[in-house]
Parts: sequence; structure tokens; C-alpha cells
Amino acid sequence: MSLDTHLLEYVLRLADSDLVLAQRLGEWVGKGPVIEEDIALTNVGLDLIGQARMWFNYAGEVEARIKGTGRDEDQFAFRRDAHEFRNLLLVEQPNGSYADTLARQFLFDHWHLLALRALARSKDARVAEIAAKGAKEAAYHAERSSDWVIRLGDGTDESHRRMQAAIDELWRYAGEMFVPDAAETELAAAGIVPDARALQAPWDAAVDAVLAEATLVRPPAGYVQKGGKQGRHTEHLGHLLAEMQFLQRAYPDARW
Amino acid sequence: MTTPEQDAVAAITVEADRAAERGGTRVSLDAIWDALSTVPDPEIPVVSVVELGIVRAVEWTATGLEVRVTPTYSGCPATELIMDGIREALAEAGIVDARVTTVLSPAWTTDWIAPEARPKLAAFGIAPPGQAASRVEVTGISPLRRSREPVACPRCGSTETALLAQFGSTACKALYRCESCREPFDYFKPH
Repeated sequence: MSLDTHLLEYVLRLADSDLVLAQRLGEWVGKGPVIEEDIALTNVGLDLIGQARMWFNYAGEVEARIKGTGRDEDQFAFRRDAHEFRNLLLVEQPNGSYADTLARQFLFDHWHLLALRALARSKDARVAEIAAKGAKEAAYHAERSSDWVIRLGDGTDESHRRMQAAIDELWRYAGEMFVPDAAETELAAAGIVPDARALQAPWDAAVDAVLAEATLVRPPAGYVQKGGKQGRHTEHLGHLLAEMQFLQRAYPDARW
Repeated sequence: MTTPEQDAVAAITVEADRAAERGGTRVSLDAIWDALSTVPDPEIPVVSVVELGIVRAVEWTATGLEVRVTPTYSGCPATELIMDGIREALAEAGIVDARVTTVLSPAWTTDWIAPEARPKLAAFGIAPPGQAASRVEVTGISPLRRSREPVACPRCGSTETALLAQFGSTACKALYRCESCREPFDYFKPH
């Protein structure tokens, strides 16, 4: 397999994680607990959609280098089935309660920030420039979700209980972020992407500091659910795509 | 709707402009920057795209004019409108075949907002951003305990202000409240 084949796979992982999480956040439109949160979640989603578009466009360029032609952003987003998506399992998990949504965001944001900062030093100039732009937004997302984990964790008995339960429930999906496969290992050896394992220690430090301040307990190391990066998803992704892709599936190439 | 006569006149005008360019009478870069300075940010119309710092370069190349623009936030929905506005302003300045391209690197920062735009933002009710370079790194630092840079109320100038929400009316703003005059206001986030 050529390095470009691995790169296409990796760029799609980034794009799909951004897109799927943005779609989840978009499900909160009009349903946020308060209007400020409604607006905030969708603004975070908007940043992620913007980043997804940049990654999809680059994926199309890489695909064109491999095959002669490459798909565009809409084809990637709306014309692939669940097994072709490469997003992390964490981001496709349902919104649940507000604690669940924030816990998912918090675990993702700290990985996202570290990954993008490392990717900003990629030997691939396009990867580096897209990551450098996204990292600034991810920093703000991490600040925001950490802020909420602390507020709810160190809040009332009820908010504490729910936040701890949400962290416990989602923890099994976080480990996937730090388990590289062959594609990632080869790209890392070429200096194009960071070693996924190297992100674990700084992620632990950041997450542990916030959990401690939130009076929450870090769940014990346990079973790690993997497969999203290889297209093996939980049952939730198909439902999400059914809604997200409906229009383009029912009315291909619709424009307005 | 335009009449066939108007269309014909417009076509002749365009042809004349092209001929002028080919003849070497190119519009000066100063005039082009002036034209771009008339393009407002769609969300904050008191500030131009030039003052916002997103027009990174304007140059005549062998194949025509090239204008390089960088987006503010990745997902900013105003980006496409801004690109259209830039093309329109260039067309009005007599340049119809400019290439308006997007550059991502270096990433836009609010530190590029022109000093003269800051009072305009405040007059419009938006507190101008603090220095982005001075932002404290978030990783591993408690966000709640971290002291935030004081933000002055754009109405009464008081720095007794409190963050209400990390996002305001757009991705680039946060929502604050002034504890002195009790009015809510947008803060252009340092980015």
C-alpha cells in the first residue's frame, strides 16, 4: 500500500470524526437546556463542519493522486455507507443527557487538540496548514467542555452523579484514539502524523487535571472498544447517517 | 432584469476593460486595496474585510490579478458571501477576471484586525479582542480558576464584566454582561 493510500484513510478519519460529531451537536438545535448552550453547541459544530470540509477536500486531492479522480466533499459526506465511515466510535454515541453530550465532547476535545497540534508539525504541508487552523478552534472547544465538566462535576449531587455516569459510560470508547493501526504507524514513521500512543500521556494529564477539579473519579482502565477507524461501528452511526444523508439519497445532486 | 441594449453595453465595457489590461493600463494596487476596503464583513458591517485582516495579498501576475484571502474560522458561514463581495468590488473597479483564492497558512488571528477597526467595533457594541498571543494555554490548566483578561464594556467602559456564554451571536464572539450598566454585549474573542 502506498503512503497516499494510508494518508487518504487517515484524513478521512479526521474528516469523519469532525462531521459525525458536528451532526450530533446539530441535533441539539432548538433543544438546548438554555439558549446560550444551544448556540454554543452548534457553533462548536460549525467549527467542526468547517474543518471536516477542509479535510474532505484534501482527501479528494489525495484520492485523485492515487486514482486519477477524487470525490468531492459532498460525495464523501452523503454517498458513503456506515462501513465506509472512519470516525471514532466516541463521536457517534447518542447525545443522551446534557452530561453525556459534554462528556463526549470533553474526551474528544482534548484528544483533538493534541492531535491537531501534533499534525500542525506534519511533513505534509497541506495536513500541517489545515491542522494549524483547526487547533486554534479545538483549544477553545477544550476550554469550554472542561469548564462544563468542572461545573457539573463539582455542582449539585445530581449533576455530579450524572457527569460521573457519563464519563464512566463513554470511557470505553476513548481508548481507540490511542491505538494506531498499520496505516497510522507507517504514516507516523514518515513524519506525516503523530504516533497515536504518544498522545496518551498528555491526554491523561489534561483529562485527569479537569476530572480532579470536577471532583470526578477517573474510571479504571478496562475494556477498550475499537473499530471505528476501520469502519466497524456501533449501531448508532447508521441511524445518524439515515437522517443526515436523507436528502442527497432521495434527491441526488439536489441544489437550492 | 436588464434590456438587451444594457447587456450589450455591459459586454462592451467588459471588453474595453480587458483591452485596457492587455494594453498595460492595469489598475494600481492602491486602487484595488481601496476597492477591497469597501467590502464590509457581512456580520459586522462597520468593519471591512481589509480591516478584518483576511485579505492577505493582492498582486498582478502574468495571468491577471490574484487576491489571496484567508478564512476567519473554519466553519464561518460568511466566508462565501465575503468571497462574492470581493469579486463584486473588483468587478466594479474594472477587474473582471481576478483570481480570488483561499490560503490557510498562516492561520488568521484577531491580532491582524487593524487598530483603526477597534473603536469601530466598540461603537457597534462589540468589545474588541484582547491580544491572542497572550492567551493562556488551556491543556492541563483549570479553565475555571484561570483568570481571564478583563474585558471592557463597549457601552460604559467598565471592566466589571462577566462571561455569560463562550459563544455569542457568531462563532467569533462570546457573550458578556456588564455588571455596571447591566447590559449584555458581544466580545470578539482573541483567536
